[in-house]
Amino acid sequence: MDIPESYISADEIASRIPDGALIGVPKEDGGVAMEITRALVRRKARNLRLLTVPVSSLQADLLIGAGCLSEIETSGVSMGEFGYAPNFRTATQDGTITVRDATCPAIYAELQASEKGAPFQPLRGILGSDVLAHRTDWKVIDNPFAEDGNDPVVLLPAVRPDVALFHARYGDRYGNVWVGPKRECILLAHASAQTFVTVEEIWDGNLMEEERMLAGTIPPVYVDAVAHAERGAWPLSLAGCYDRDGDHLREYVAAAKTADGFTDYLERHVYGKQAAA
Amino acid sequence: MLDGCRNIAVGTASPIPGSAALLMQALTNGASRASILGSNIHNPFNDGGPELFDRAGQGRVDAFFLGGGQIDGEANINLVSTGPYPEPDTRFPGSFGSAYLYFAVPRVILFREEHSRRVFVDKVDFVSAPGWSPPGVHRPGGPHALVTSLCIFMYNKGRHRFRLDGLLPGATLEEVRDNTGFDFDCPDDVGPVVAPEPDRIALIHSRIAGEIAETYPEFARNRLGWKG
Repeated sequence: MDIPESYISADEIASRIPDGALIGVPKEDGGVAMEITRALVRRKARNLRLLTVPVSSLQADLLIGAGCLSEIETSGVSMGEFGYAPNFRTATQDGTITVRDATCPAIYAELQASEKGAPFQPLRGILGSDVLAHRTDWKVIDNPFAEDGNDPVVLLPAVRPDVALFHARYGDRYGNVWVGPKRECILLAHASAQTFVTVEEIWDGNLMEEERMLAGTIPPVYVDAVAHAERGAWPLSLAGCYDRDGDHLREYVAAAKTADGFTDYLERHVYGKQAAA
Repeated sequence: MLDGCRNIAVGTASPIPGSAALLMQALTNGASRASILGSNIHNPFNDGGPELFDRAGQGRVDAFFLGGGQIDGEANINLVSTGPYPEPDTRFPGSFGSAYLYFAVPRVILFREEHSRRVFVDKVDFVSAPGWSPPGVHRPGGPHALVTSLCIFMYNKGRHRFRLDGLLPGATLEEVRDNTGFDFDCPDDVGPVVAPEPDRIALIHSRIAGEIAETYPEFARNRLGWKG
């Protein structure tokens, strides 16, 4: 399949994400736009704020290490089976990045409120935690529907990312992208001001006209730009296409534990390459 | 500990709890259903990330596992950091879903292999999720037990304290006391945890190893002898 004429390059998408933008991204098996992440490092993006939906791994750690982030809202940053996230740990301990600690369903709730155009979404739990104590933007009210009025509930404010950014399995020439069961990407697209997507493969036909594909498709009313990026989630996985590259992730974690090792990693795997067109 | 649970959910970075949930599923012929976060096969959900939390909020998740960089004697757990916040001495990954699921899931089993005073402290430095809540807070869920490499504690919800329930093979009461930074109740007759039968161990190293390998290949290879 030819690349649709409306598609732009991953580097061009990176150039359309301005410094200071709030970027919403899925977790590591949800279709992470690693090609654009590397392009953001190449264009030396600064003061980006990352909202991880609801957690992250390599993507957050790479952006932190390269100095692209000033702030991260997350429920967790870890390299999973490969250990802790070295740059996240160092930057947090040194205070060079602001962490807004959250808990997974609270991040979904913030986006669901934005998706509905509602000011907030209520959520059970969280009460009495230091997560809540440090989040002055989260409020507690008494449930107005409770019989005796004594039922505290946490309210999460609507959060509208400037940019939703992810990698999807298919895109077609009509501007549709297919994320299948990765419904948090659909939530992100609905909740954000703009959505930028890389796609693994070009779908021959119209995804909105295929009944089996329809439910997992995001139509172009939510999508602002698409780029074709083969293996665009590498070294993370793309469901149904490829597994994560464990050897590479192991190498990353070892390299990122020292400043020299991380610089060397960037030279070899980020600066030395142009994104796929 | 998982008897009678219809849905056992397992979160991130939890290969041993995941194996336990899959074992229950195998032993009950699917009457206990395991849902392993990150698995495409052993995860009966298809509505994206929020679904686990939505189900838990409705009371449809019976058991869940949580860990902690620090856990204290009231079952407060800390997944965020040690020392002062927000510029800590040691930063951990983060709270994940704990601040919510600890309130929603009736049987939360705390699982932490490392049994040391570094982990089991008198008071956690940061409360990712509290072990108990004052009256008036809607809380159907909470801690049920704490499993370590040395022993099993059961949690007393009325007294907000752990009670030593059994020692793992080779562990002694003295060793548990020496390596636990919090006070706990200890009956006079605390004995060993009953070891699993040989056929159950064989099941873990065969079928369960293969099932958990989909999500945790490193663990399956290194700890369960999976040859895939």
